Amino acid sequence: MDSHTIAAQTAEAGHIEHEHPPFLRHHFATVEQQRETATFGMWLFLLTEIMFFGGLFCAYLIYRNWYYPAFVDGSHSLHIWAGTLNTTILIVSSFTMAMGVHASETRMRKALVGWCIATIILGCGFLCVKAYEWHDEWVEHHVPGLNFSPEGFMRVNPAYPADAPLQRDMAEKTQVYFSLYFAMTGMHALHMIIGVSLLALLTIRAWGGAYTSGHVAPVENFGLYWHFVDIVWIFLFPLLYLISRHQ
Amino acid sequence: MAEPKHHDEPTHHEEHIVSPTVYLLIGAALLVLTATTTAVSYVELGNFNAVVALAIACIKMTLVVLFFMHVKYSSKLTKLTVAAGFLTFCVLITMTMTDYISRAWGRW
Repeated sequence: MDSHTIAAQTAEAGHIEHEHPPFLRHHFATVEQQRETATFGMWLFLLTEIMFFGGLFCAYLIYRNWYYPAFVDGSHSLHIWAGTLNTTILIVSSFTMAMGVHASETRMRKALVGWCIATIILGCGFLCVKAYEWHDEWVEHHVPGLNFSPEGFMRVNPAYPADAPLQRDMAEKTQVYFSLYFAMTGMHALHMIIGVSLLALLTIRAWGGAYTSGHVAPVENFGLYWHFVDIVWIFLFPLLYLISRHQ
Repeated sequence: MAEPKHHDEPTHHEEHIVSPTVYLLIGAALLVLTATTTAVSYVELGNFNAVVALAIACIKMTLVVLFFMHVKYSSKLTKLTVAAGFLTFCVLITMTMTDYISRAWGRW
């Protein structure tokens, strides 16, 4: 459909008849076209996000090969139960968000608000577990630049009694692991905080019925963002917690 | 060119609405895969620990993209956008890693 047709159709449908829903912008011919355009734009934004986190993942892979023993010992200091718990929380929150999109599509206002609130609670739960882990790392002097000490890595880790402790030069290199760990989990948590804040605003508007009269695009595109943040964690979890366990 | 569709038919739904059953099944599959990847990390597999963990992560990502993010039910434009993005990402990672593993022999 060329722009002339769209303009003519919009003029006809929008200005003369005044029969379009209030959320349909005048430069779109149909609600479907508007929704498709918004989804396309959202995916382009998510592609830039993939490149952004991809750079961090690439740096992690390269430095893990470079300072391998430091990355293994750094990973051994994390709690696998906390990582597994957070992965579970995020997957359930992706499910509740998907159900929110379904409630918006089927125009069930109270269900939409309920699923959104469930997603907010799960998102906050994730951040609480993350905060607990960061506090743990602070207590153990694992935060580069603020209170880092390599001493912990120069003793035998009681959880891995068969592994020899690191020499001081390699123990210092665990700072590279923890720098990337805090950069990646920090950027991910920032995305979670932004997501929970946006979702709170969406929930308030959803309570007023803004997204249960055919205007699905804002809920759907927020869902895309939320699932993307879930995917980032799906890769962070094995890379940071799991793959070094037996090395 | 196709006849332009009018938006004022209340029952007109071009978008595919994914059923809650599909969401429930995909969510359950993701939880099972999470339990699997954690359990496998306790088994000594040598280099394959990383391979298995990342393979499971890729399966989980595919499930989320296809079903939770509706790409399976989306237009060709969306499918092409997503595919082009992942291809570009893979090209960038492959070229960077190729460069790194072909330098500084002996340090890897």
